Amino acid sequence: MAITLTEAAAQRVKDFLSNRGSGDGLRLGVKTTGCSGMAYVLEFADGADEGDEVFESQGVKIFVDPKSLIYIDGTELDFAKEGLNEGFKFNNPNEKDACGCGESFTV
Amino acid sequence: MALLQISEPGQSTKPHERRFAAGIDLGTTNSLVATVRSGQTDTLPDEQGEHLLPSVVRYLDNEQAPVVGTQAIQSAADDPLNTISSVKRFMGRGVKDIKHLGDRLPYEFVQTDTSVPRIKTVAGDKSPIEVSAEILHVLKKRAEKTLGDELKGVVITVPAYFDDAQRQATKDAGKLAGLNVMRLLNEPTAAAVAYGLDKSAEGITAVFDLGGGTFDISILRLNKGVFEVLSTAGDTALGGDDFDHAIAQWIMSQANIGEDASHGVIRRLLHDARSAKEALADVESVELNIDLQDGSAWQGQLDREQLNKLIDPLIQKTLITSRRALRDANVSVDEVKAVVMVGGSTRTLRVREKIEEFFGQPPMVDIDPDKVVAVGAAIQADVLAGNKPDDELLLLDVIPLSLGLETMGGLVEKIIPRNTTIPVARAQDFTTFKDGQTGMTVHVLQGERELVSDCRSLGQFSLQGIPAMVAGAARIRVTFQVDADGLLSVTAEEETKRVEASIQIKPSYGLTDTEIESMLKDSIEHAKDDVELRNVREQQVEADRVMDALQIALQQDGDLLTAEEVKTIEKALLALHKVRDGEDHHKIKSAIDKLNEATTDFAARRMNKSIKQALAGHQVDEFD
Repeated sequence: MAITLTEAAAQRVKDFLSNRGSGDGLRLGVKTTGCSGMAYVLEFADGADEGDEVFESQGVKIFVDPKSLIYIDGTELDFAKEGLNEGFKFNNPNEKDACGCGESFTV
Repeated sequence: MALLQISEPGQSTKPHERRFAAGIDLGTTNSLVATVRSGQTDTLPDEQGEHLLPSVVRYLDNEQAPVVGTQAIQSAADDPLNTISSVKRFMGRGVKDIKHLGDRLPYEFVQTDTSVPRIKTVAGDKSPIEVSAEILHVLKKRAEKTLGDELKGVVITVPAYFDDAQRQATKDAGKLAGLNVMRLLNEPTAAAVAYGLDKSAEGITAVFDLGGGTFDISILRLNKGVFEVLSTAGDTALGGDDFDHAIAQWIMSQANIGEDASHGVIRRLLHDARSAKEALADVESVELNIDLQDGSAWQGQLDREQLNKLIDPLIQKTLITSRRALRDANVSVDEVKAVVMVGGSTRTLRVREKIEEFFGQPPMVDIDPDKVVAVGAAIQADVLAGNKPDDELLLLDVIPLSLGLETMGGLVEKIIPRNTTIPVARAQDFTTFKDGQTGMTVHVLQGERELVSDCRSLGQFSLQGIPAMVAGAARIRVTFQVDADGLLSVTAEEETKRVEASIQIKPSYGLTDTEIESMLKDSIEHAKDDVELRNVREQQVEADRVMDALQIALQQDGDLLTAEEVKTIEKALLALHKVRDGEDHHKIKSAIDKLNEATTDFAARRMNKSIKQALAGHQVDEFD
């Protein structure tokens, strides 16, 4: 399994990274918090931490810590537009239930 | 499903605790909202893809929500009394000030018991704050729809020359719109932040802001990551519209259109002039086709060279003002490290050329000059909301006019001089003027002149309960405090009994920027007279004090003097009395000196007498 980006997501990430001027890629992960137990982490990465799994998809490096990987392995990160709102979306096969807001989930 | 943005490392927030913040450029003509998403700052468009929201509000009857923006503009002609534009000009102003703005105002202002003027509309009487809140509310909704969540806070920009009342009014409008206004930010400072100049090395930045109708130049200094506004200057009646007028005038003379042309013709000419001006940013020359009133048409050509000839005198004015701002800031042109362009009229190539020539370097034009202020505000809002790690972006601004208080003789004692960076607190000690004085009025003033009558009164309050003491013995500490938003509070405290009184300067009435300009100009022109007057007043106050004290002394201890001595003293007293009301401070001073001389002996005898009294009944060894 692996973590992948859709083309749209990769394009955005590349734009944001070049705009930021620094950074090696993207960090994906989970935090145990929120109304349904877990919440996604989406950050710029300035390098690998110890034990990180590193994936590459569409030319973008993705860093994931091993604990988080259990919950999000197989995830495809997409970039979506909903009306005026636009942003990234986790298509996570492990996700069983999300809270109404979609910001947290259970596996 | 909520859509996520990329955070900085370690800055991911918990669900429902995301710290969305926005920057708002609340403009006279147009307003904008911008946010930082995934590290990128952009202004936000509405559903139609429009970024600029015209700052126009139309009120409707039967409890419908007011219409804001482009739709409101379209109705301005049909419903002028209920369609309010350029409301920023009325923010924080009193009814009197608004009358001052000219009697051509299309709205009906109603005087209310408060000093805040209200505009009569079908939906009721509306204050400028309420009108601004409607504009802010639309921007708030747009931002929340775009971000998919509520805004935690916003930064709203204001002109650097906005006074306390105008700043407070802007903050109030934000509150009324349901926004948490984290900070007000000066527009030029926001523009510099947008270009990331706060990250650059230390240095001086000039922000050149030429809009449709106004011009502002600000000189900023970056010092250890902190922005200070060193000076601001401007012209409230100079902008791109004047370029259009100059071009239209030229077309009229070329096409033999008389000054008596109808409004319709002139409006069309101005429109053509504007299109020609904008086209000349890309091409060397444009064709003009003007329909004349008699049905014929005039054809002509306008090239860049001709355009430059027409607008050069106007651009020259901005350069003169720029030079003054540099002088105010006490910096030379060579010291300026960067020049930032703001406002749509800086798209005119000639303006850029002239600026490059003046500052000896190409100006920064990469960010859309209409959006650059909102972008800077959004970056600042993002930092204030806590989305940046270890970032200590602290922005300092300056106060536009000196703040002080009234002292004896109608003089102004400046506590915080103009162009002091804020936030700031300054204290100064004052004392009583008369024996047994128990109260003191603190009259807070704004301005550069030496006399109270030439400055603007911001408010006054009185401190009561000062313990009765001889004149000059009480210590009253007056503290002026200006917070990060430029709002002033003044506190007076008597140091022995700790009685205290204070005032917050609330919006009551304000100065127009033209008035600020002219006050500054006056202070320079009258600098000499003012010093002269101050000297006279100071000597008059001193004369009064000496004469008062002498009268009391004569009453108490007149018996210590011979008739001859009394005569000499009275003669000197009379001499002083005579020159006291004159305009020559040297004369007053020498009369005071003479009187002092005449009474030295008397004073010594009084001193002896009181020492004797004090010692009476005591043994000398008690004083070892």
